[in-house]
Amino acid sequence: MSKNILLYSAILIFGLIAPFVFPAFKVQLSILCVLIILATTWNIQGGEMGYNTFGNILFYGLGMYLCASVQVGMFFPLAEWTESGGEKTFVHTPAQFFQGMAVGLVVAAVVPTIVAGLIGYAILGLRGHYFAICTLGLGVAAGEISGGIEIIGAGQGFTTPPFPEVGGLEARGEFFYFLSFGALILTFVAVRAIYSTRFRLILNAIRDNEDKAEAMGIETMKYKIIGWMVSAFFCGLAGGIMGGLVGYIDSTDVAFDGREMGVFMVLMAILGGKGTLWGPVIGATVFHIFKEGFWTFFLGWQYVALGVLIVVIVIYFPEGIMGWLREKYPEKFGEVIDEEDRKAQVELK
Amino acid sequence: MDFMVFQYPMITVQACLDGLLLGILFALIAYGMALQWGVMNIINIAQGDLVILGGYIAYFMYLYGIHPAWGVIVSPIIMYFIGVGIYKLVINKVVDRDLFISILATFGISILFMQLMNFAFGADVVLANSGYGTTMLFDNNVTLPNSKIFSAVISIVFAIGLVIYMKKSKLGRAIRATAQNSRAAKILGVDTEKVYAATFGINAALCGVAGALISITFTIHPYMGLPYTIRSFMIVIVAGLGNLPGVAMSGMGLGVFEEFADYILGTEFRIGAVFLLLVLILVYRRFKLSRKREYLK
Repeated sequence: MSKNILLYSAILIFGLIAPFVFPAFKVQLSILCVLIILATTWNIQGGEMGYNTFGNILFYGLGMYLCASVQVGMFFPLAEWTESGGEKTFVHTPAQFFQGMAVGLVVAAVVPTIVAGLIGYAILGLRGHYFAICTLGLGVAAGEISGGIEIIGAGQGFTTPPFPEVGGLEARGEFFYFLSFGALILTFVAVRAIYSTRFRLILNAIRDNEDKAEAMGIETMKYKIIGWMVSAFFCGLAGGIMGGLVGYIDSTDVAFDGREMGVFMVLMAILGGKGTLWGPVIGATVFHIFKEGFWTFFLGWQYVALGVLIVVIVIYFPEGIMGWLREKYPEKFGEVIDEEDRKAQVELK
Repeated sequence: MDFMVFQYPMITVQACLDGLLLGILFALIAYGMALQWGVMNIINIAQGDLVILGGYIAYFMYLYGIHPAWGVIVSPIIMYFIGVGIYKLVINKVVDRDLFISILATFGISILFMQLMNFAFGADVVLANSGYGTTMLFDNNVTLPNSKIFSAVISIVFAIGLVIYMKKSKLGRAIRATAQNSRAAKILGVDTEKVYAATFGINAALCGVAGALISITFTIHPYMGLPYTIRSFMIVIVAGLGNLPGVAMSGMGLGVFEEFADYILGTEFRIGAVFLLLVLILVYRRFKLSRKREYLK
């Protein structure tokens, strides 16, 4: 237990001093926080519940658009804002900016949660690959439809309000870093708390055998919807932060980017190890470092590399880093191995 | 929202005819999807990208002065070997595993193909001009490009040819046996590995035919693959596996739906409407089955 506290406080301290120690990497670290949130929340479905979704991007994009729209719409007419595009016809005062951001983030988290509840009731009755393809369809449909709506910029995109001129040059990066780091801590604490209750066992029961879980008297539908709503809450929050961080929202390239973010979150969770608390965190970190470190070497071949990476990870490394560690050092995971049993298994092999 | 399509009967006729001819093409792609799904139990997200790749083969022949209609012969032959190559490299490692693994792996292939095509052929929307002219119907109120009629006829010919091949030939019998029970087929001396490779190759060849026809009748673009995958998936789940008339009917139904969605909602919502229709169909079937306490399998 004391080891855990040491680990958590080390991470916390690192997170708090990181923007001052590595000022050049503030944006990268903020994106890493968002990626970890996305991977962790995907893991609630894909890892714990066994419902592999491509649709969490829906909540991410929704949160992004909602946060920016609220932030603008609270003080200025939204249609004229998007009409003017990049030209700054309206300027937020610092107070307006932060108020708008706060309200926007709340809306960005709450509305996707409600949407997840409604959609979840309709589609969580699907299983396996039907669910996967259905959510894939939802994500793409959301991108296509939002690309046709005029008031949020349609095809030409939506510029989020620029950061007001307060503090020094570094203020913008620090603000968004601490925002995303705070969201990450919130997510991690919430998910960890959830995983320590009976709820996780129920989700695992649904993953292992849904019919039997139902026969045991678990209202599987209720728990599946709650699980999805938890995911949607944090995905929406992450989306809202990311929208402000990027500064520009496009329907298919930034918000509902199923080809990038939508696949990344699945890939990160699988790379780290599905169905573990730390797996997605490790997976997202490794993936982000790999992506940022090597992307520039590929120069335009990133997507080719991404495609190859997906195929290789899925085929040769489906257990992920945590799964591999667990196989290698089962004692560290609290699994007691009977020596005779192990010998017998080795002989069998 | 624009309901002009219902006020002028000629536009309705136009949309229906366009949709039916388009739907036959969709049905051909969906037939390939149903084939591999039924035999190998994998869902191929890269289906649409194989179609687009087939289209680029025909387009290249057009660029080098060969009539693109010959692409209908050349493209499936090339695509067959590409399909077998993909099977040997990737698919044979995911056949026996969880369906989600195959979905994700083919998603990776799809991204890979998309980007490679983008490099090789550029990000422009292209089409191969067949020079077939158009037919005018009903006092010149309905225009029907001959290339669309040509593509529908060729699709039907290929589909019928494939059905006969599956019924009569030795490989066709082996494929059907493997689809019914792969273990039993293996015991009876069918080399299932070869059957799988051939099935994936045939599927890719069908995509090649469809792609060549699409490059003649419509346009192709490296990133347009995913909608074709979703369309064929939708057609297969509506029709069911191994129900060829059903595949043809629901393909044409989807074609007509799309044309009307195009007229009523506007072209920018066309793809969105297709994806939403998929969600609606799945939700409808889920509620219908849940009354009997069953679920889609």
